[in-house]
Amino acid sequence: MTTTTLAVLVPLLPFLGAIAGLLLGRTAPGFVRPLAVLPTLVSLASAALVAARQGGEGAVDAATELTPTGSVPVELALHIDGFAALTAVLVTVVAGCVQIYSTGYLRDDPRYPSYAALVSLFTSAMLLVVYSGDLMVLLVGWEVMGICSYFLVGHYWETPEARAASLKAFLVTKLGDVPFLIGLFALATEAGSFRITRILGAVANGGIEHPTLIALLLLAGVAGKSAQFPLHTWLPDAMAGPTPVSALIHAATMVAAGVYFVARLLPLFEASQAAMTVLAVMAAVTMAGSALAALAQDDIKRVLAYSTIGQLGYMTGALAVADRGAAVFHLLSHGAFKALLFLAAGVIIHAAGTNSLAAMSRMGHLRDRVPDAYWTMTVALLALAAIPPFSGFFSKEAVLGAAEHVVTGHTEHAPAAAGWIVLLAGLVTALLTAAYAMRLWLLAFRGHGTEAPDHGRQPLTMTVVLWVLAVPSLALGGLAFRVLPDWFDGHDLTPTLTTSVLGTGVALVGGIITYATWRHTTAHAAARVPLGAVAAHPGGDAARVEAEAIASHEPAYGDIAYAPDPSDPGRLLLGPLHRHAAAGFHLDAVYSALFVRPVRAGASLVRFLDREVVDTYVRGAGTLPRWLGAAVRRAQTGNLQTYVSALLAGTVVLAVAAVLVATGA
Amino acid sequence: MHLAYPAVLSALLFCTGLYGVLARRNAILVLMSVELMLNAVNLNLVAFDVWLSRAAEETLHSGQALALFTIAIAAAEIGIGLAIVLAVYRNRGTSDIDRLRDTAEGHEPDDPDSDATGREAPAPRAAGEKAEATA
Repeated sequence: MTTTTLAVLVPLLPFLGAIAGLLLGRTAPGFVRPLAVLPTLVSLASAALVAARQGGEGAVDAATELTPTGSVPVELALHIDGFAALTAVLVTVVAGCVQIYSTGYLRDDPRYPSYAALVSLFTSAMLLVVYSGDLMVLLVGWEVMGICSYFLVGHYWETPEARAASLKAFLVTKLGDVPFLIGLFALATEAGSFRITRILGAVANGGIEHPTLIALLLLAGVAGKSAQFPLHTWLPDAMAGPTPVSALIHAATMVAAGVYFVARLLPLFEASQAAMTVLAVMAAVTMAGSALAALAQDDIKRVLAYSTIGQLGYMTGALAVADRGAAVFHLLSHGAFKALLFLAAGVIIHAAGTNSLAAMSRMGHLRDRVPDAYWTMTVALLALAAIPPFSGFFSKEAVLGAAEHVVTGHTEHAPAAAGWIVLLAGLVTALLTAAYAMRLWLLAFRGHGTEAPDHGRQPLTMTVVLWVLAVPSLALGGLAFRVLPDWFDGHDLTPTLTTSVLGTGVALVGGIITYATWRHTTAHAAARVPLGAVAAHPGGDAARVEAEAIASHEPAYGDIAYAPDPSDPGRLLLGPLHRHAAAGFHLDAVYSALFVRPVRAGASLVRFLDREVVDTYVRGAGTLPRWLGAAVRRAQTGNLQTYVSALLAGTVVLAVAAVLVATGA
Repeated sequence: MHLAYPAVLSALLFCTGLYGVLARRNAILVLMSVELMLNAVNLNLVAFDVWLSRAAEETLHSGQALALFTIAIAAAEIGIGLAIVLAVYRNRGTSDIDRLRDTAEGHEPDDPDSDATGREAPAPRAAGEKAEATA
């Protein structure tokens, strides 16, 4: 098989698997699990083969035009360079792990067939985005991902949280997608093509006249998909979905799509200094804000969600300093350890019967119940905190190193201001990241109190994938940073001494401070108030436990993100900021005031106009016929003989009239 | 025989039938009156057929043929009519036309179980009765 055929198979197989799964889900339930797992695994093998054949050499391009469109042609095009090949491998690895994990996690779920099919469709859409060489085809995958995320986040649609979260995810990403679509059209009009290669050629020749406008329009869509400030608010709420879906969305698909898109079209963004500065500011605000918010969250998955936003901030930061190699490097390593974090969090939620860190910190020996999750999550958190030699260290140092490179003025691609912004925000975020990673670890695994409930061992499918993902979380960065520049632009990804020392230093400081605070708070909280929102059916399958945990969090604590836990080290560290950080800096309230309430007011105005004004005219027009009808109805006596008499009288009148007319009287 | 005799006889017959249809209360008598009216028409058909064929304007005797048709149809009609009256009598215990007023405006079905629920729940049986009464 040629490389092109193989590459076509990569997105096609999960797609076919999704169709078959949807069709056979009811009639042949035995096929659902193989149909979910096997296409993804075969697709992983082909993606790996494509990557091996491509090998960082020249990009593989193939295109076919199905039908002429009349104006700018739309082609089914593949463009596989090193970025695409490696990202596809990451996507298929994570999707394969998620599918295997889901077979255990949603073991008893009645909607598993449609769930698995949608996950396959989601994977296929992301692979289409990754491999596509045509922006219109890319947009198809982009939007399919949007609708899949809507369905998957709303998997537990029985709970109001899940319904609200899925709608929010859909609407917020659509808010970005509209400018994105306009930007794509503008770009294609100026470049004369939707093909990425031709657009990059036009950018190189200076053929784009309004790069700033186009770049900013495209950035709106990227911010929506990749959950960057100010369109990130859907991501923490999307935690209402099942944990494997969170892992898929956060690690490999959806949020990665935005970063990947910018990486593909980076020369276009470089053509506009303003766009690069906006990107840098966006990245900095996202990074620092989300790290602060993560420190205050109580739901273990929301902590991870905010950390995803922050890590995506690092990626956009790397793009803002024009180093897409570092961005995609961080995308790869982050994909591995974030998928691991989520899948491990799913195991922990199942074992503890709650998603609340406050409740977990009151359980003893939780780590002995889930040894696999404990060890792998420790690895992943160390990678998240960028402690050497874990993979997060190398990718994060690549980002910081690229920023330092720009600051010292070695490149003309990005403004030095962007470099400073990204570097400073990156260092602050490194401190905070280590702090919230430490807090998560301490609260989840170092709790004291009543014994954690024992449900026996977790299913093998759920624990094995944790170890599979722990390998890249541990070793990917160290092994890959010398090899990856051959696949990417050739920028050096080796950590530089200054940023390594600085980054690791602040990370260690953050971790140590959190540890000290935790010792302090737990020592003083000897008589801790018991807190607990625990699932009603702790013996059920993991998905059910999680759904119940999410549903019970708000009634128990009064807020989906918050728990009144005085022994939380985050509370002491953040001080008065804690309340605001827990609410995500009230951005939802701002949106509610800016958009939701005006729309509601408009809707009630329209309702008033329709009910009171339009309907009055309609009712008025109906009054006269109704009166006439009431008068005529009185003739209906039900007496047959009255009717016949009337008939006779009519006939006589007609006959007399006919006679009179005939005789001419 | 002059045409006037059968014409006057049939007019008298028709008027008798008409009076019966309009004034009688018993449904069977109403049906019999309808028969009277039909026979008045038959009488006219035959008489005018004879009169016209005598003037040699019409030789097919279509009037007589039509009278035969009418008799056949009247037989069928009276059969159905009597069957309906019997069915109504069995359901209602009466064949009094004045009391079969289910089609009147604002009429409530008068059996007890649908009286309780009012207009919303006309039972299938009440609907069947209504159809019979109106036929």
